[in-house]
Amino acid sequence: MPESLPQIFLAAALANNFVLAMFLGLCPFLGVSGRLGTALPMGGATTFVMLVASLCAYGLNLLVTTFGLEFLRLISYIVVIASAVQLVEMVLKKYSPALFRALGIYLPLITTNCAVLGVALFQTTREYDFLQALVFSLGAGAGFTLALLLMAGLRERLNLAGVPGVVQGTALSLMLAGLLSLAFMGFAGLGAVE
Amino acid sequence: MIPGRQEPTRFEEFMEGIWKQNPVFVMVLGMCPALAVTVSAVNALAMGLATTFVLLGSTLLVSLMRKWVPREVRIATYIVIIATFVTVVDYLIAAISLALYEALGAFIQLIVVNCIILGRAEAHASRNPPGRALINATGMGIGFTIGLFALGSVREILGAGKLFGVALFGPEFQPWVIMVLPPGGFFVLGAWLLLFNWLKTRGAASGKPAEANVHA
Repeated sequence: MPESLPQIFLAAALANNFVLAMFLGLCPFLGVSGRLGTALPMGGATTFVMLVASLCAYGLNLLVTTFGLEFLRLISYIVVIASAVQLVEMVLKKYSPALFRALGIYLPLITTNCAVLGVALFQTTREYDFLQALVFSLGAGAGFTLALLLMAGLRERLNLAGVPGVVQGTALSLMLAGLLSLAFMGFAGLGAVE
Repeated sequence: MIPGRQEPTRFEEFMEGIWKQNPVFVMVLGMCPALAVTVSAVNALAMGLATTFVLLGSTLLVSLMRKWVPREVRIATYIVIIATFVTVVDYLIAAISLALYEALGAFIQLIVVNCIILGRAEAHASRNPPGRALINATGMGIGFTIGLFALGSVREILGAGKLFGVALFGPEFQPWVIMVLPPGGFFVLGAWLLLFNWLKTRGAASGKPAEANVHA
């Protein structure tokens, strides 16, 4: 079943949204989505790391399969992702120290963002070629950013609403995420679903 | 064996992960696998056990190597150790049950990025001798498994009317399908957290000096 590139992009961004349909990358999703100002750069940084990780994973997978070392796949992926995050961190620190401080602990935590490793693993199991992998990672990044932005917008509004004390905090965020996820189910069938 | 006065006892160390610092309900860590695989009680248990195994293995190794790992590269070292154990588990599950392996899919490999394991390595195993670290890790693993099971069983009962694949209700039961779909995961975890919050505030209101309130 050959999938066209727009199909892959749409499926990764909307129908199989990484955060709302596949539960990947929830920690930053709940952690950084407090304000719109930090949500967008966080989405951008994550998308970039995804792109780098996906390209490296493609190369690594070729290498690892050629030498019959499949059991090293996971370890090599995670090391590459960690280095990519380090790179983003250094660039941000140099060119935008304010943003660097705003993202705080969540920047190095991109390493342990399941969405990034998820991109690398899914493209391997689905046997995407180079171009498909590229589009897939971009779609996943766009989906992640979209979810983060939606959530941040909702939570900024909720700050002004009178919510009972018991519900506040993570419980409320999860309920919101549930509603968003419900809305995203409307995209089911759009693009290629396995 | 009597530990020092300010040090937590072994029992407290063990119970920390099960109750006071439960990874799922109190710390809300490692939620990606918690929500993604808990469509049934069996999957939830398997995921919990796999995570516990990785947690124990990496805790032991990190704790043994704590004096030799330079601070600058500690996170990278921990990640590689964890990834090694995850690879072991990945092959192990594939060998034991192929059906389970396919149900859990990529989420077995995603244990690598489970915040609980790295968090424990950094916050506990790297500072404590192997025995103590293992006790704490066992507690955390059991706590995580209980949390996953609580999610998975509720979702399976509501979403499919079954528990462990056994039908609980009569044939006229209308399954609440949304509970086994992605939104259900968010709703069920949200509801559990709500319940815990409510119990906590109720405990505080009744004037009972519940210790849990301090850690809220």
